[in-house]
Amino acid sequence: MDLAFFGVQLLNGLQYGLLLFLIASGLTLIFGIMGIINLAHGAMYMIGAYLVWDLTMRLGNFWLAIVIAIPIAVALGLIIERLFLDTLYKRDHLYQVLLTFGLILVINEAQRIIWGGDVHSVAIPAPFDASLQLTDNLQYSVYRLFVMGVCLALAGGIYWVIRHTRLGIIIRAGAVNRDMVEGLGINVRTLFTLIFSVGVALAAFAGMIAAPLTSITPGMGDSILITCFVVVVIGGIGSIKGAFWGAILIGMAETFGPVLIPSLASMVIYLIMAAVLLVKPRGLFA
Amino acid sequence: MNNTFKKTILASLVSAGMMTSGLAAADEHPVKLGLMLPYSGTYTALGEAITNGLKLAIEQNDGQLGGRDVEYVQLDSEANPSKAPQNMSRLVKGDNVDFVIGPVHSGVAMGMLRVAKQSGAITIIPNAGLGAATNQLCMPNVFRTSFSMWQNSYPMGKVAYDQGHREVVTITWDYAGGKEDVAGFKEAFEAEGGEVVEEIFVPFPSTEFQSYLTQIASIDPDAVYTFFAGGGGVSFVRDYAAAGLKDSIPLLGSGFLTEGNVAALDGAGEGVQTTLHYAETLDNEQNQAFVEAYQEAYGKAPDTYAVQGYDTGAMLVQALDKVDGNTEDKEALIEALASVELQSPRGPMSFSESHHPIQNVYLREIQDGKHEVVGVAAEQLEVPDDACKM
Repeated sequence: MDLAFFGVQLLNGLQYGLLLFLIASGLTLIFGIMGIINLAHGAMYMIGAYLVWDLTMRLGNFWLAIVIAIPIAVALGLIIERLFLDTLYKRDHLYQVLLTFGLILVINEAQRIIWGGDVHSVAIPAPFDASLQLTDNLQYSVYRLFVMGVCLALAGGIYWVIRHTRLGIIIRAGAVNRDMVEGLGINVRTLFTLIFSVGVALAAFAGMIAAPLTSITPGMGDSILITCFVVVVIGGIGSIKGAFWGAILIGMAETFGPVLIPSLASMVIYLIMAAVLLVKPRGLFA
Repeated sequence: MNNTFKKTILASLVSAGMMTSGLAAADEHPVKLGLMLPYSGTYTALGEAITNGLKLAIEQNDGQLGGRDVEYVQLDSEANPSKAPQNMSRLVKGDNVDFVIGPVHSGVAMGMLRVAKQSGAITIIPNAGLGAATNQLCMPNVFRTSFSMWQNSYPMGKVAYDQGHREVVTITWDYAGGKEDVAGFKEAFEAEGGEVVEEIFVPFPSTEFQSYLTQIASIDPDAVYTFFAGGGGVSFVRDYAAAGLKDSIPLLGSGFLTEGNVAALDGAGEGVQTTLHYAETLDNEQNQAFVEAYQEAYGKAPDTYAVQGYDTGAMLVQALDKVDGNTEDKEALIEALASVELQSPRGPMSFSESHHPIQNVYLREIQDGKHEVVGVAAEQLEVPDDACKM
């Protein structure tokens, strides 16, 4: 393996990892603070991609489509939380798992009814529709660099909110001891609604900015959900920092693993998860 | 409301009319076709296209088979292999159908074939491409009107060599369908004298291709041969073009790489060459008539799956005419089916000893968003089902 090849793969791993972080951050927020295993998280990733495809078709502008799609995603999260989850907080985890699993089926079927079963794609939007020449025969889309920038900015933003704002203090406290936070007079119900909507919107947003890089198909969120759970478990449940480093680790593993040890390609991330859990049973940062 | 009422009345009048005509045809009951196809989930479009094609062929025969009316029993296979034996049993024993038509998904086919073996039910496979169905698992009562993975990829081996490619990298999903497809290409390509320098298997159903494209670029082969389908096919072709590889390393593939999805490729597919047993642009009388009739009946252009359904219908029409609609004598019926010869929209088509189509495989190139036929990659290609002992 020469140096150029190694460098390009590093870039690939970083880009994939950063996108994974964006999806996993919402998952770990919801999981860590609300104690809810949101199986419908991947379905929201898919909804984000379909929304942006549909709106780009109608409006002819990708950026405008994103601006309109984000509030729709937040509203969807709000509706799901208030209408369904709100009544289940006092119940056992199993009920919430059942509910969010049911939501996958409902969302997937709704997707089929609204948008059908065809494969779609979104063109890479201007001004990022150019390529860089990396090696003599390999180009790299500038849009991928843009996605990396957006993911990094969001990661920084989330980190700042959690570390340096009052809301962040409440979120961190909530992740440690929910009852105590409630006892101190914080309105946990509003906090939950906020966390769930933002978490779900992060997944949908990841689907939106990933749309030009992937093909938009029914069930596209189902496989990414598993990978994101691995990220969350490796990083430590509820830890944003953990989700970040877990995502980078998995991104690198999924990039280098299949090339270096092809026979283990489909197992690599699970092997890493097992290894991490053996050493740190609660994940890297929890 | 009023409209629905009218429709109901109309429907009952029509069904009453059908009953009397049924009576007029003496005590003959209709031929029962059991359709075990996906009507929900990822493969819905395929199930519907096959059903449309099948019904069109029978409609063109006045809605009859061998002078008898036709009754359809449609069952949603959900493309779910674990439900396949149970669903098939329901059609064969519960509904007592004369023929089972299905499935789309190769996993479902495995389950169906078990029941076909036990019950002896005549089964026509209008899609599923697993080689074993007409090879290791072959049986007299099972026919296929579609393709096998091998049949569509084998001709590309010679095409690639003749185009001057000597070192090729193959890339596909790590599952039975992908492996069978790539094996067909490799067999032909290496027999010609070419070399497959690297075989890449991507975990199914991952569509994250960046690291593999980097690997391909560093190997820098003469060409790349690939099999992906559906969203994976679209992703791969777009990523391949975006990585700037398309111009320096030609992309070859099985037709399913882009079938039905040219629009989603958004120009990235221009110049990509694939081999398949059909192309919507095929220039023959039957295809033009078929495309026109299908368009008129269903308001959209047909695809490969619709043709496979259509030929299944045409096959039944011809075989049942031969036996005068007698479905009781199974042996005579199987013989009639095996000797069917069609002038299909896909070109001439007949059946091998193992009941697999002998057909042309075309080399197609995407030009202006259409699969244009460049030539015939293999004329009347027969699949060597060596393990089939009937």
